[in-house]
Amino acid sequence: MVALTLDGIGARYGRATVFSDITTGPIEGGALTAVIGPNAAGKSTLFKRIAGLLKGEGVVHVDGADAAARPICYMPQDTGANAVLTVYESVLLAAKQGASWRVAEDELREIDEILASLSISDLAFRDLGALSGGQRQLVAIAQALVRKPKILLMDEPTSALDLYRQIEVLDYMRRLAKKSGIAVLIALHDLNHAMRYCDHAMVVASGRLIANGPTLDVITPAMLGEVYKVDARIETCTLGRPLVIVDGAR
Amino acid sequence: MAAVAAGDAVEAAPETRRVYRALAARRIAILTVLLICLVISVAADMALGPARYSLSQVISAVLSPAAVDVQLRVVIWDIRMPVALMAVTVGACLSLAGAEMQTILANPLASPFTLGISAAAGFGAALGLVAGVAVFPAAVEYMIPINAFLMAIAASLFIYGVSTLRGVTVETIVLLGIALVFTFNALLSLLEYLASEQALAAVVFWTMGSLTKATWTKVAVTGAILVIVVPLFARKSWALTALRLGDDKAASFGVNVRALRLETMLLVSLLAAIPVAFVGTIGFIGLVGPHIARMVVGEDQRFFLPGSMICGALLLSVTSVVSKMLIPGAILPIGVITALVGVPFFFSLIFTNRRRAW
Repeated sequence: MVALTLDGIGARYGRATVFSDITTGPIEGGALTAVIGPNAAGKSTLFKRIAGLLKGEGVVHVDGADAAARPICYMPQDTGANAVLTVYESVLLAAKQGASWRVAEDELREIDEILASLSISDLAFRDLGALSGGQRQLVAIAQALVRKPKILLMDEPTSALDLYRQIEVLDYMRRLAKKSGIAVLIALHDLNHAMRYCDHAMVVASGRLIANGPTLDVITPAMLGEVYKVDARIETCTLGRPLVIVDGAR
Repeated sequence: MAAVAAGDAVEAAPETRRVYRALAARRIAILTVLLICLVISVAADMALGPARYSLSQVISAVLSPAAVDVQLRVVIWDIRMPVALMAVTVGACLSLAGAEMQTILANPLASPFTLGISAAAGFGAALGLVAGVAVFPAAVEYMIPINAFLMAIAASLFIYGVSTLRGVTVETIVLLGIALVFTFNALLSLLEYLASEQALAAVVFWTMGSLTKATWTKVAVTGAILVIVVPLFARKSWALTALRLGDDKAASFGVNVRALRLETMLLVSLLAAIPVAFVGTIGFIGLVGPHIARMVVGEDQRFFLPGSMICGALLLSVTSVVSKMLIPGAILPIGVITALVGVPFFFSLIFTNRRRAW
């Protein structure tokens, strides 16, 4: 099973330090890890640093995967690209980077399977510009999966989705992680989603890692008070699930 | 999706990849048809001119030059063929330059003309024509094209440099380009004001754009640029296409976005500068050629790259034909005609094909 370990990593834009000295134990494959924190806490920057798109101090270790095969895949936030490309072409594009012009039958078969597994085969020949926010998010997941990542970093994948699609995507990613053994890190704002779908949580705020561990140990009234400046309780609903209830701003 | 278990083997509809294969085949067919149109246009370009020859005479002069009389051979081989082929190479260069500029700047208004690169090249050439100033003094005999090229490179790098600054948006780049157009046009006007009558005539020729001074050497140089640049773009076709999904997405696919932009901008300068140095300012092709290609073959660069070149070449070649037909016996400057021919055609495409416009 793959495992990701961060050893004292940091990142900066120019002279401004975004975060520094983030160290974790092994983040194991087969599970979902929520990366939470207030706006501008550096969650996207952390993902870019882990994916190697930004340089900085510290080392990112990946065990159980061939480092040369680019095991880490970063899925950025949806920016609503207006390229004149079909969904199928955009997924093919993700698979073919650095490869030849020729497209083999096996490569197309793989795309067919990924689109079918996400139930978006019917969108295959729609232009990207004609998709809804939710559809674009599913296409982005297809673009990430076609690269066969061992570690997938998803930057707020549910931000443009309605409630039904949010639950669908998170449920899908959880089952995918368990089935295929990949490690999925998801930047989330909805703490109830984090508690329901993610096995682990990391809290990033003020340029450092505030907490890291099992989700229910990390998301606590004390953490919510310190990081989000809110008074909150963790209650159990009638179905026995923990819920964050925010009473007000501090 | 809820009914589908993630990671399970899913029975994919085989028709999806068949539809993709059919789509790719249709795009190749479109490119082939455009190429045939280009060949017909080039043939028409060679058949038309003040001296009237039949199409069969022109074809025999092309296929077996030794078998036809000297006058016909000279007219076809030394006058009309360089002009017709120059339209093809210059059109392809300008359209390709526009296509890749629009790609790397994510801006539908980007072209060598709208971003001031043509104006910079024109000013560089005028500097040589009027003041005899060589930007690169070691090669005075090639002063005009080298002046044009170096000024175009300088303008391109300036735009690129600004585009890499934090907080600079697409709109800023367009405004900067327009500012460059005004600046270089003002400097050009100043040179025109100071120019001798003879130099002024040469500069005016520039600003109108004309293929009539085409020679085999110029055709060879512009053709050689395409031969050098196209394979370099072709090698990066997946990366360039990925850039259209946004910088972060392209980077997440493993594309070195910064390096790709710089490399592309340098190649685009080459594509934009040399044609301008030879034929003057031709504005419309670099903007519209790529848009037409985008509408008919999409933005997968494996089709978009040849599509842009063929569309640009076809536009300029048809314009060359029209410029000979408008006033019998006279050849109007091509830069004047390009917009008059291209704009109605372009609008008809936009209104019949709105879905695939930018």
